[in-house]
Amino acid sequence: MIRALLAALLLLLLASAARAERLIVSVSNHRVTVTPNYSGEELVLFGSVEKDATTPADRRTYDLVVTVMGPRADMVTRRKERTFGIWINTDYRQFLQVPSYLALFANRPFDLITSPEIARRQQIGLNNVLLTQRVSGDYADVVPNDPFRSAFIRLRTQHGLYREDASAVTFLTPTLFRTGIPLPAEVPIGTYEIEIKLFADGALITKTETAFEIVKVGFEQFVATAARQHGLIYGLVTAAMALMTGWMASIVFRKD
Amino acid sequence: MQLYLPIADLPVNVFLVLAMGAAVGFVSGMFGIGGGFLMTPLLIFIGITPAVAVASVASHIAASSFSGALSYWRRRAMDPALAGVLLCGGVTGTALGVWTFTQLRALGQLDLMIALSYVVLLTTVGSLMFSEGLRALMRTRRGAVPPRRTHNWIHGLPLKMRFKRSKIYLSVIPVVIVGIVIGFIGAVMGIGGGFILVPIMIYLLRVPTSTVIGTSMVLTLVTMLFATMLHAVTNHLVDAVLALILMVGGVTGAQFGARAGQKIRGEQLRLLLGLLILSVGVRFAVELVIRPEDLFTIRELGVSG
Repeated sequence: MIRALLAALLLLLLASAARAERLIVSVSNHRVTVTPNYSGEELVLFGSVEKDATTPADRRTYDLVVTVMGPRADMVTRRKERTFGIWINTDYRQFLQVPSYLALFANRPFDLITSPEIARRQQIGLNNVLLTQRVSGDYADVVPNDPFRSAFIRLRTQHGLYREDASAVTFLTPTLFRTGIPLPAEVPIGTYEIEIKLFADGALITKTETAFEIVKVGFEQFVATAARQHGLIYGLVTAAMALMTGWMASIVFRKD
Repeated sequence: MQLYLPIADLPVNVFLVLAMGAAVGFVSGMFGIGGGFLMTPLLIFIGITPAVAVASVASHIAASSFSGALSYWRRRAMDPALAGVLLCGGVTGTALGVWTFTQLRALGQLDLMIALSYVVLLTTVGSLMFSEGLRALMRTRRGAVPPRRTHNWIHGLPLKMRFKRSKIYLSVIPVVIVGIVIGFIGAVMGIGGGFILVPIMIYLLRVPTSTVIGTSMVLTLVTMLFATMLHAVTNHLVDAVLALILMVGGVTGAQFGARAGQKIRGEQLRLLLGLLILSVGVRFAVELVIRPEDLFTIRELGVSG
């Protein structure tokens, strides 16, 4: 583990040696545990921009874009329509392997940081993130104003699972930065990847990645896992529990 | 006190759910029914998905009908033979119901079907019960004698069997069919079916009132236990934590409800129950007709990686 980490660090050093800037980042907690009374949390990502001899002397201001992506999942978005006077689900689109949590943070508006072309290529902004849909046998992302795509983003945003904040990253000094990563109560469990991209004068200079993990612990997790993996035993236990409760009630409240 | 429900994936207030269980238990004890047709909608209204509500309520009804069935068993107020024949149909119906449930869920039409069946079933049964209660009430006011019960076409069917405890001689065909129907709608809608089964048994099968409730509770108990098992194995939607809170509230409330029920006359009871069933049905109908706040919904198909 330590050897692997050292090797990774060395590789990182070697790789970044050729570049002018280097990003060093860390999150406040690499393992978030969701307990029964968990009601949301905020992680803090902090880091600094390290310059070296090859850095142009006149480069003073940097821009930063942070992307946090939760575990990927397939999702279906359905649209209700009025049919015979009642509202029923008619049309639907399937979103394939899209992030269950997605946050995009920057220190200033995305369009001021870089050109629309680079933003699109680097998937900066919710409108530019790739959300693959299955459209009648084809796999593709669609235009940002597609009703299903925008409804999908809107609903995820309402639940605090997708977010975009162009003022979340703050530079404490010209090279030292931090940003908060809010995690709502219904946060999906799994591995979260963070990608930090450094821009200067509209161009991408360097990027780095880190990750953290969200795990559920305690009785609730035990129940949820049991239900999914041992359905038969779980069903038997639930049925036995029902019988026990009924039997106990008939004894406690026995009239004669 | 907030508690996180593991399968419903939702934090709920324990005391709210406990109070809901007690309230429904009170009503169910009062009318001698399972109360699933009230519990499932209540859970849906507090934000639990219809699928989880239907699956979890099954085990709640099993608990309350077991405590009821035990006390009827002690008083010998049930017919084991009749219950056995009903169960043959009930188990088949439940299996069919859970299978239909899974299919509808895959098609994305489960919520609609649950709502639609509630509207149709509850408004029909509710208005029938209400008008019948009203007529009975008028009759007693006028002091007229209720019409004498006569045999109908059901009693002309073949494959007859003698049910000793109920003192009836009846074909098994309608009994099995009734079992299948109750088992099916119970599994799909998350109801015990007692409120439909009892009138059917009294008016159609002519089962005497002395054994009817005890027998219907046995059917409810077994079909709901079976439904719990099937929902747990196939759809993984039974929330045991939610079910336990409901059960504790439900069985407690039922005891007080049963005492309150003895103070009210039968016709008034039927009138009240009819009104209650009708209002739940109308509530669902309104929900379907008005434009929903959001036309789009998202459902996760399972996390991978």
